[in-house]
Amino acid sequence: MLYREAGQFKTTYVADQQIFPILQDRMFVLAVIVAAFLAVPMFASPYLYTEILIPFLILSMAAIGLNILVGYCGQVSLGTGGFMAVGAYAAYNLWLRVPEVNNLIVVFLFGGVMAAAVGILFGIPSLRIKGFYLAVATLASQFFLDWLFARVKWLTNYTPSGSVAVGKLEVFGWHIDTPADRYLLILGLVVVATLVAKNLVRGHIGRSWMAIRDMDIAAEIIGFRPLRTKLTAFAVSSFFIGVSGAMWAFLRLGAWEPLAFDINRSFQILFMVIIGGLGSLLGSFLGAAFIVLMPILLNQLPGWFGIRMSTALLSHLEFMVFGAMIVFFLIVEPHGLARLWAVAKEKLRLWPFPH
Amino acid sequence: MGLRKAALRKAVIFGAAVAAAGFVATATVQAQTPGPNDQFIAGLIYRTGAYAPNGIPFANGIADYYALVNARDGGINGVKISYEECDTAYATDRGVECYERLKNKGPTGTAYVSPLSTGITFALTEKAPIDKIPIISMGYGRSESRDGSVFQWNFPLLGTYWSAADIIMQHIAKKEGGFDKLKGKKIVLVYHDSPYGKEPIALLEQRAKMHGFEFTPMPVTHPGVEQKATWLQIRQNRPDYVLLWGWGVMNSTSIKEAAAVGFPRDKMYGVWWSGAEPDVRPAEDGAKGYNAAMLQHGAGQFAVHADLKKFLYDKGQGSAKYDETGEVLYNRGLINGMLGVESIRKAQTKFGNKPLTGEQVRWGIENLEISAARIKELGFEGMLQPMKVSCSDHEGTRAGRIQQWDGKKWTVVSEWYESDDKVIKPMVDAAAKKYAEEKKLTVRDCSKES
Repeated sequence: MLYREAGQFKTTYVADQQIFPILQDRMFVLAVIVAAFLAVPMFASPYLYTEILIPFLILSMAAIGLNILVGYCGQVSLGTGGFMAVGAYAAYNLWLRVPEVNNLIVVFLFGGVMAAAVGILFGIPSLRIKGFYLAVATLASQFFLDWLFARVKWLTNYTPSGSVAVGKLEVFGWHIDTPADRYLLILGLVVVATLVAKNLVRGHIGRSWMAIRDMDIAAEIIGFRPLRTKLTAFAVSSFFIGVSGAMWAFLRLGAWEPLAFDINRSFQILFMVIIGGLGSLLGSFLGAAFIVLMPILLNQLPGWFGIRMSTALLSHLEFMVFGAMIVFFLIVEPHGLARLWAVAKEKLRLWPFPH
Repeated sequence: MGLRKAALRKAVIFGAAVAAAGFVATATVQAQTPGPNDQFIAGLIYRTGAYAPNGIPFANGIADYYALVNARDGGINGVKISYEECDTAYATDRGVECYERLKNKGPTGTAYVSPLSTGITFALTEKAPIDKIPIISMGYGRSESRDGSVFQWNFPLLGTYWSAADIIMQHIAKKEGGFDKLKGKKIVLVYHDSPYGKEPIALLEQRAKMHGFEFTPMPVTHPGVEQKATWLQIRQNRPDYVLLWGWGVMNSTSIKEAAAVGFPRDKMYGVWWSGAEPDVRPAEDGAKGYNAAMLQHGAGQFAVHADLKKFLYDKGQGSAKYDETGEVLYNRGLINGMLGVESIRKAQTKFGNKPLTGEQVRWGIENLEISAARIKELGFEGMLQPMKVSCSDHEGTRAGRIQQWDGKKWTVVSEWYESDDKVIKPMVDAAAKKYAEEKKLTVRDCSKES
C-alpha cells in the first residue's frame, strides 16, 4: 500500500528520465546511502567493517565493472582477476615510486586508467572472437597477467617473495588508518562509481553496448561501430575493475601477492554477476553480497545457535549448503537476484489486490 | 509450477535432513565460550581444502597440547586455555576473516596467532602492530622477520626458510666434500609459486654466487598437481640436486614425478614442510631415499606422548588416533602449542597469573628461553634443542638436521647443522631495512632492550 506511484505525475522530461522515477524508490535509496554514511559508523565493529562491509563494497564495484562488459555489452570475460591485479600493481608502483603523489584517489585512478589500457589491448580480439571463444581468449589474459606479476621483479620492487606491502595511506591529508576510515573512503568511491556507471548504461554509450549485445550485426547496420563500442565497454569495465583491484590491495589486504588475483577471483566475480543478474547494477550488489557474505554467514550460523561441531564438518557443510543455494536460486530465477527483486516490487505495487 | 515447487520443497527437506544427520553424527571439537578467567587462543588451521592432508595433523597436535595442559596441569598456572579453531582452507582472505573474527574473543583477546600459511602471515604482519597481537610463525613466514627491531610482532621461531635452505646446502656441501666442490654443479629448486615457495630463492642465489654452482628456480602453480613440464625439464637438464619447496599434494606429486622421470630420490631435498608422512606415503616405493630438512624434531613418540595417552587418548578425548600422534606434522603442532604455552608462562612471571593480552604475551615470546632441563621436564627431550629468543633474534635457534625416508619411516641421517649467520645476517639486515623504509617504520634499538 505504501509502495504505490499513483498521484506522482511527471510534467517534465527531466522528471521522467530520473534514475529512480518513483518517489518511494528515491527515498529508499537515499535513506540507504545516508544510513551507510552516518548510521553505520555509529555502531559498526571492526569485524563488521573489515570482513563484511569492505569486501562487499569493493567486490560490488568489481562486479559492476564486469557487469558492464558481460551484462550490458555481452562480451564474456574471465580476465577480471588479471585486470584487478593490473590496477593493484599500477597503483602500488605509483605509490611507491612517486612519493609526492600521496593521495589514494590519484593512486586508485591511475590504477584504473592502467587497467583500462590493458583492457583495451586484450579487448581487441573481441571483434573477431565471440561468445565462449572470447571467454577463452580473456582467460589467456588472466594467465598472462598472473605470469607478468609473478615474474617481472621490477613490478614487485624486487621483494624476495613477490609479496608487497603498503602503509601510511592518506587522501588530501586525511590519514586512512582505522577500518572506519577505509570504509568511508571505499563507500564514497563506490557510490560515485555506481552513479557514473548508472548514467553510462542508461545513456547513449550504454545503449550502444546493449545494441551490440542483443545483435551485433543489426547494431552495425544501424550505425554503431562494433570495434569502438566493444573497446569502450572493455575500457570502462576494466577501469572499474582496476580501481576495485587497487582498493582491494590497498584497503583490504595491505600486503598481497599475485595469488590474491588469481583465476579464482575471476570466477568469483563472474559468479556474482551471474547470480546477481546480468545487465543490472543492483544485481552486482546483490551478487557480491551473496557470494561474499553467505559463506561467512553459513560458517558462523551453527555457533550462534549454540550448535557445536567440528571445524572440518563446519567447513564441509558450508560448501554443501552454499552450492545447494546457488543451484536453488538459479532454478527459481535464472535471471538472477535482481530479477527476483524486480518481481517482488511488481507484486508490491499491486498488493493487496493482485489480479 | 506446482509440481516444480513440490519437488524443490522435497529437495530442501532432504538436504536439511542430511545436514541434521551430520550434526548428530560427529564429535564436537569446537570450544565453548571462554570464561572470564580463561586465556583465549585463536586457532587459524585448515582441515579442508587442497592442503588438508598436511593441515589436519598439525591442527590435531596444537589442539591436543592445549587440551593436555588443561587436563594435566589445570591450565597455565591455573589459567585455563580456551581454544577455538577457524578453518582457513589455506586461503589468505579466509585466514584474515578468521583472524578478525577471533582476535578479540575471550577476556583479553587471543594471546597470539599461528596461521600455518606464509600468505596469511604476510597479511597479518600488517595488522599485528595495530592490533598488538604477536604472530608465532614457527618455521615459516618472512625470513627477514627474525629481525625483531623491525618486525616487533613476528616470531619465526626455530628457523626461517633461509635457515632451512642454508642447512640443506651445508648438508649437500658436506656430502660433496666442501663448498668449493659445488663449483659447476647444477641445483634446481622446485617451488610452490607463492610467497612461501619464493622465500628461499634469495638465499640460494646468494650461495650460488659464493660457490659458483648453477641455480635454477622452477615454479609450480597452486595446488601443484600438474608438474609434468617441470620434471621433463629436469630430465633434460640433469641437475645434480633438486630442492623441493612444496606443500600439501604438491610434495607427493613431485616425488612421484621424480620417480617417473628417474631422478634419484636421494638427491632430492625437501624443506621441513615437504618432509612429513602425507608427502611420501602416496609415492609408495618411489619415495625411498628422499631427504628432507627437519625443523628440529622428527617423527616418533616421546615422553609427552605418554602424557597425551594418559590424560587424553585413554579417555577418548584426543583429536587424532593415538597411532598418528607420532607423525611429523602432529609433533610440529605439539611443539607449536608448547612454545605458545611456554611464552604465556614466561609472560605470567612479569604480568601475573591471569589471562594476558597479546602485547603482554609478546614480551613473553621475546624473552622466552627454554633450557635442556626444561625441555626434558616438558617431555620434549629428543625433539628440540635449547633455544633463546631476544629482541635482535626472533628465531631463537637455527639448528636443524636432515632425515631420510626409508620406505616405512623417517630416519635421521645427519648431525646437527646450524645455518651460517655470516651469510644470512647481512641479508636479513638489508631486507628488514628495506621493509622499514618502504613502510616508513620506526626501528627499535635492540641494544637498549633489557
